[in-house]
Amino acid sequence: MISAGSPEAPVLVRREWCKGCGICIAMCPKKVLEAAPDGKAVVARPDDCTRCETCEIMCPDFAVRVVAKRAAAPAGRREAVADGR
Amino acid sequence: MAKSIDEYLRTQFMPHIWCPGCGHGIVLNALLRAVARLDLPKDQVCVVSGIGCASRAPGYLDFNTLHTTHGRAIAFATGIKLANPDLHVIVVTGDGDGAAIGGNHLIHAARRNMGVTTVMFNNSIYGMTNGQYSPLTPSGMFAATAPYGNVERNFDMCELVRASGANYVARATVAQARQLSTYIERAIENPGFAFVEAVGSCPTYFGRRNKLGSSLQMLETLKKNSVTAAAAAKLDPAELRGKIIIGEFYRGDAPGYIELYDGVIERAKEAAGK
Repeated sequence: MISAGSPEAPVLVRREWCKGCGICIAMCPKKVLEAAPDGKAVVARPDDCTRCETCEIMCPDFAVRVVAKRAAAPAGRREAVADGR
Repeated sequence: MAKSIDEYLRTQFMPHIWCPGCGHGIVLNALLRAVARLDLPKDQVCVVSGIGCASRAPGYLDFNTLHTTHGRAIAFATGIKLANPDLHVIVVTGDGDGAAIGGNHLIHAARRNMGVTTVMFNNSIYGMTNGQYSPLTPSGMFAATAPYGNVERNFDMCELVRASGANYVARATVAQARQLSTYIERAIENPGFAFVEAVGSCPTYFGRRNKLGSSLQMLETLKKNSVTAAAAAKLDPAELRGKIIIGEFYRGDAPGYIELYDGVIERAKEAAGK
């Protein structure tokens, strides 16, 4: 079990930049993030993170960072994304 | 590649001015990831904007940046590119700034195939001034200046810029942020005029007035309404009503203005006997 605040935590949320829109929380396929009482995102289940980076890419406020990146996607996958498939 | 896109942000000015859930942040994020993948040195990038919500972006970016007058970002960018052709000049503009007051600069930069990348943050409204309709507000939608619904038709910016002569034309919504970033990357790499329309959302003015729900619901709607260019080709106009066609519409290799102007310099030197 990795605690959200530990150096091994895969995702970091900068509370001072987060505006609590909830996009990262809803978009995470593994439900790693939850809303704090003030609506801002907190890392609730760091062990479930697959490092897909969807939270980071979709955050309008640059507030969510996947700090432990996974290896680059294979070329085939990258092209598929680029073509919208 | 840059370790983190934080390197491209003037973090001392964050958090940015945009509303919670504003699509502009997602577009800017996509732009910075494109620059990071291309591994461009910060000093070799110049980001130019006009006036409006989208045009606030350069203030947060640690590149050479220029926040200019309403609609004139492309005019300034043209001057910068001609004076320093080695710079990657990127224009950040909104639908009001770039399609209305700046529309003339846009079509002529495309016609000249000027070596500038333009990313249009289309949120369908003038957000900064409380939600007047823009040339990209879809027909029938409500705005502060269209309380009974917009009677005007909206531009298809990609068709307009393509017809004007641009070398690269693409569109994606913020619901396809990865794809959007790939398009911006290809746009920056293209030597001629490159245009990417990033369809986003304004939850504050466009969303509220049209009862489109939260920023998250607006994202879901954008995703649901997106149709790829290949799929759209098989649909009739009635089926495409209200849809957003996404994809790369054109990738050309016509010589860019800078390349042609290098020829002018050579000919002038020859004529002067140097």
